[in-house]
Amino acid sequence: MIHRPAAGRKLEDRLLKVISACAALLGILALAWILLVVIEKGATAINWDFFFHRTLPTGEAAGGVGNAIVGSALLVGLAIVIGVPLGMMAGVYLAEFGRDTQFGTAVRFSANVMMGIPSIIVGLFVYALLVKPMHMYSGWAGAVALAILMLPIIARTTEDMLQLVPNALRESALALGAPRWKVTFQVVFRAARVGLLTGLLLAVARVSGETAPLLFTCLNSPYWPTSLNGPVANLPVTIWDHAMSPYDDLVRIAWGASLLITVGVLVLNISSRLILRRSAHE
Amino acid sequence: MAVRMKPGEQRKSDPFDPAQGRPEQRRKGDRTFRWITASCAAVVLVLIAGFFVRLTLSCRPSLAQFGWRFLISSDWDQVAEKFGALSSLYGTLVSTAIAMVIAVPLSLVIALFLVELAPPTLRRVTGSAIELLAAVPSIIFGMWGFFVFAPFMARHVEPALGKGLGFLPLFRGPPVGIGMLTAGIILALMILPFISAVMRDVFQMVPPVVKESAYGMGATTWEVTRKITMRYGVRGLVGACFLGLGRAVGETMAVAFVIGNNSDIHASLFAPGNTIASTLANEFSEANGDLYISALIELGLILFVVSFILQVFANLWLKSLTRSMGAGL
Repeated sequence: MIHRPAAGRKLEDRLLKVISACAALLGILALAWILLVVIEKGATAINWDFFFHRTLPTGEAAGGVGNAIVGSALLVGLAIVIGVPLGMMAGVYLAEFGRDTQFGTAVRFSANVMMGIPSIIVGLFVYALLVKPMHMYSGWAGAVALAILMLPIIARTTEDMLQLVPNALRESALALGAPRWKVTFQVVFRAARVGLLTGLLLAVARVSGETAPLLFTCLNSPYWPTSLNGPVANLPVTIWDHAMSPYDDLVRIAWGASLLITVGVLVLNISSRLILRRSAHE
Repeated sequence: MAVRMKPGEQRKSDPFDPAQGRPEQRRKGDRTFRWITASCAAVVLVLIAGFFVRLTLSCRPSLAQFGWRFLISSDWDQVAEKFGALSSLYGTLVSTAIAMVIAVPLSLVIALFLVELAPPTLRRVTGSAIELLAAVPSIIFGMWGFFVFAPFMARHVEPALGKGLGFLPLFRGPPVGIGMLTAGIILALMILPFISAVMRDVFQMVPPVVKESAYGMGATTWEVTRKITMRYGVRGLVGACFLGLGRAVGETMAVAFVIGNNSDIHASLFAPGNTIASTLANEFSEANGDLYISALIELGLILFVVSFILQVFANLWLKSLTRSMGAGL
């Protein structure tokens, strides 16, 4: 065995500890820097008009993002309506029927792959599928793109959460004579409801800041959303459009919208974590 | 077939197999239920196949016009309708490489910090901060990058790099802040949480007995990490890198903000460039003409194929790892 003096090895070890602590600090600082900038610049834009007026071209006083807030809520809401039932049923299949079938394995694997496919590809796909044949950018297409993004997330979290439910619970319900769907929805879902809720919150958090898929599907609009058969105003694309404009007042509004999205996404994230942690303690 | 087993789970006796002599009606109901859920699951498969088919069909004009030369041509001329993917491919490659060079070592030491070094309170705070960094939307990174970080780079970092390393062509040129280097650094921040999360799981999978034996021999933390933990989990660490790579390749909005959207190829990392995703984000809504749009969609197809291969590879890699190490990842 080669003899190495302890002093050098200890110094090396100390050095590693310092470096790794610095790296962790760097991660925290990056997050803090981003959040502080967004809060500082965004806060100057937040006022009454910001929430209740629609986006206006530069020069006109009192522009806001009211229409984009409503539009984003509509798009995300519709995406939930489309994506959540589909994703949950897919998750039910994976957990209840397809645990070790070949089809189940293939679906599980594809869902994992799909979660890593860039969201811009989903936007491009929906553009080619819906927007181009219909010759029209529309809120529907935007909602479909967001729903496609949600689908694998919901399916996988649903599967994971249902798998945590002990089999004895299913067996007792079946022994009482309940049909399978009733067992799933009234017994298993109820036992896993906290987990399902957190999965939903995380999926919503994930898509509500997505910009790239909306860029190709529902564009943006300066008007209040009245119908989904045309471009619909939404926060992410409004940020993009306003930030790229050379006018200070529009950039300020983009920062306000950034603050709104950041707070929304982080609140969804943190609350889902808290819910999960509290249920784990019970 | 190997399956994932949770402790306490009993698999073999499946008492609710609808085929086990149940009343006729319930059997029918159960079968319908199974079919409905299975068709929802099939949607996932259909979508993946759909991405490929739909994008391929939509870029036929460009495929017919440019053929294989699309991949090696550096033209990007909207007026003459001559398109090639080279500059976007180059930009994607360079920005991803910068991101990986920065993010992989950082993630490694952060994961190490979280698993081996930090006291429990600090571990929770740091862990949560890194996870929240992953939750910040891409466009917020873009806003911060464009208005705050790029000027910071132009004023402080790039002049210093130019002075210190200016003998390399990589660090020459005017320090404008908007360009490959800034995009790469922001990408690194964005993929860091994903890589370090997987690496943390890998470190936690190393059996304590193995580490304790090394500590018992008098090894320091760094020696245990380098010679035991990292060797034991080397496959997992590589898998983590591939997951991060898959993320970096397709990141769109943050890069679109700071990379400068320029289709010329420069040797300098300070110079503006473009990536596949940033070209799509910047040019798609203004594109007119079938050929232009189909060339953009072909870029998208390339990006899809690349990230698909990366994801499939990373998932297969990590799956075989989970099996061989016998724990949940």
